[in-house]
Amino acid sequence: MRILLTDTILRQPLLALAALCLLAVPAAAEDSKAWDDIRASLFGSDRAIHDGRDVISMEAPDRALDAALVPISVTAEIDQSKDRYIKAITLVIDENPAPVVGTFHLSPDNGIADISTRVRVNAYTSVRAIAEMNDGQLYMAERFVKASGGCAAPATKDAELAMQRLGQMRMKQIGTWREGEPSEVQLMVSHPNYSGLQTDQVTQLWIPAHYVRTLDVTLGDRPVLRFEGDISMSENPTIRFFVEPEGEGALTARAVDTKDNVFEESWPIRLEPST
Amino acid sequence: MAAGPVRRAASLIGAAGHDPRMAKAAPGNAHATGQWSSRAPRQLTRRRFLCVAGATSLSMCLCDGASLAAEADLPFREVEDGVFVRYGLQEAMSADNGGAIANIGFVVGETGVAVIDTGTTRQQGTALRAAVARVTDRPVTHLIATHVHLDHCFGHAAFDDLEPMNIGHRRLAGALAERGPFYRDQIRALSPDFADTDFRPPEVAVDDEMAIDLGGRRLQLKAWPAAHTDTDLTVFDEASGLLWASDLLFVGRLPTIDGSLNGWIDAMTQLVGPQARRVMPGHGPLVDGGDPAIEAQRAYLTTLRDQVRAAIEEGLDISETVDLLSRDTHSNWLLYGEGHGRNVTTAYAELEWE
Repeated sequence: MRILLTDTILRQPLLALAALCLLAVPAAAEDSKAWDDIRASLFGSDRAIHDGRDVISMEAPDRALDAALVPISVTAEIDQSKDRYIKAITLVIDENPAPVVGTFHLSPDNGIADISTRVRVNAYTSVRAIAEMNDGQLYMAERFVKASGGCAAPATKDAELAMQRLGQMRMKQIGTWREGEPSEVQLMVSHPNYSGLQTDQVTQLWIPAHYVRTLDVTLGDRPVLRFEGDISMSENPTIRFFVEPEGEGALTARAVDTKDNVFEESWPIRLEPST
Repeated sequence: MAAGPVRRAASLIGAAGHDPRMAKAAPGNAHATGQWSSRAPRQLTRRRFLCVAGATSLSMCLCDGASLAAEADLPFREVEDGVFVRYGLQEAMSADNGGAIANIGFVVGETGVAVIDTGTTRQQGTALRAAVARVTDRPVTHLIATHVHLDHCFGHAAFDDLEPMNIGHRRLAGALAERGPFYRDQIRALSPDFADTDFRPPEVAVDDEMAIDLGGRRLQLKAWPAAHTDTDLTVFDEASGLLWASDLLFVGRLPTIDGSLNGWIDAMTQLVGPQARRVMPGHGPLVDGGDPAIEAQRAYLTTLRDQVRAAIEEGLDISETVDLLSRDTHSNWLLYGEGHGRNVTTAYAELEWE
């Protein structure tokens, strides 16, 4: 049984799966049984998934330094042109209790469809990035990561600070931003993103999952990113991606978590004169 | 202090073994050399010998309960009048060392005994209890956990029937609720021998400071803001002037950050007060209050902070920062390769929110 971005079935199966979380055995790099199931749930059984090497590549550490915070970078090998672009990138970690990290929805307004983020990795596992093109074609990049315990492991280094800071957001412009040129942005949401895989020892009840479910980003009035996520995102969800600014304006982020808390913030962007 | 316990303690130490791995502790530290060399050779059981002779065959060691149990028999030494410690091995936790990697010990007063940390397993807790019994027949009245980590407070259950006052940082109960089951499973995965190891949340929470009286002997407990972890508690023994800093101080072994780098740097400015004649680290040998090891840790932490801040300022991401700051693989710290990259990662995740 696998959990796929379906909140209604999320809570109860987690109880049973939590035990499995720690018992997961090293998986072979080739397609696993887990992946067959995940793939069928995400895309149906009959859609072809092509080798992604001409469309996307992925970087991930061979062995994670911190299983609860594993950096993953997806690099697009094609431009986001109006005719052909990546419209979604889905990250999957086969052996995690909730294997679908989330989906990043993109458009030609991104200029470049690169995505970097940080995930939890619970076992030796294949990590996959599947790009869906505007014509519906699917392309996949894959890496094998050795880590253990990222989901069940301690989420918070400083639990009091995590709750004090809940919902705060930061935006960083990376490098120089110019009008009409792809420019990189980092968005950070302060949130413990509790995985729901820990028990309260006193009550023996599971600490419920509490995580950022969606993040919508607009630049001016253009949507530039929609992210739908799950518990495999690390604490303090952080995403780097590209936008193509069309002049001065504000970048706005709106995050919603599983308790229906809404966090929203806007920042004016700084542009250098065009070259 | 009564003389009796001390004499019996001496015989305890004489029977104790020596582990050659101890010699790796704190290179260049004169205190370390002096302390370790005073120890008698370690008893080598047949099973343990087989385990070592088997070219450190992991599968063999995993099946060998006796070698794991042997680690619970590392000696307790009296380092101050009535203060006893079992030094942990300066290694990563493994099946072979049974998780006996942290310093644990106890303090004997006129009416009772306070245990400071109990190690990784029920077996280590049981060994500690036996060590107390060989030194004194005074009861264990207090059980102190210095923080949430699995190598420090997972032997507590060995004291259940004595019902000592179980004391920890005000956040320890919550931290054990969050992390305890995961740590317990990690310990149990080391060996089937540890199947009955479990943790015990504290019943008495230290909000800030608290004193306990062992009869003619006062211990000052202090709960720290997030530093090494967010559950750090230190114990100061007024009688001897010994500060049990536990993992707020690492000597020889690379400090690992699991709380707040900034918090730890702040804590270091107050950690060793003028009253603290000697300091017991959580890992490594006992040092004097002015030992260079204390400055060495502060320097590591502040350098790490400065370098990671600069990387963030330049717009480097976590992977680039780890690559940049892990290039120099030479270090005097033990277990540097295992821990430095992770420290960079942890520091980055904290400092990017400054």
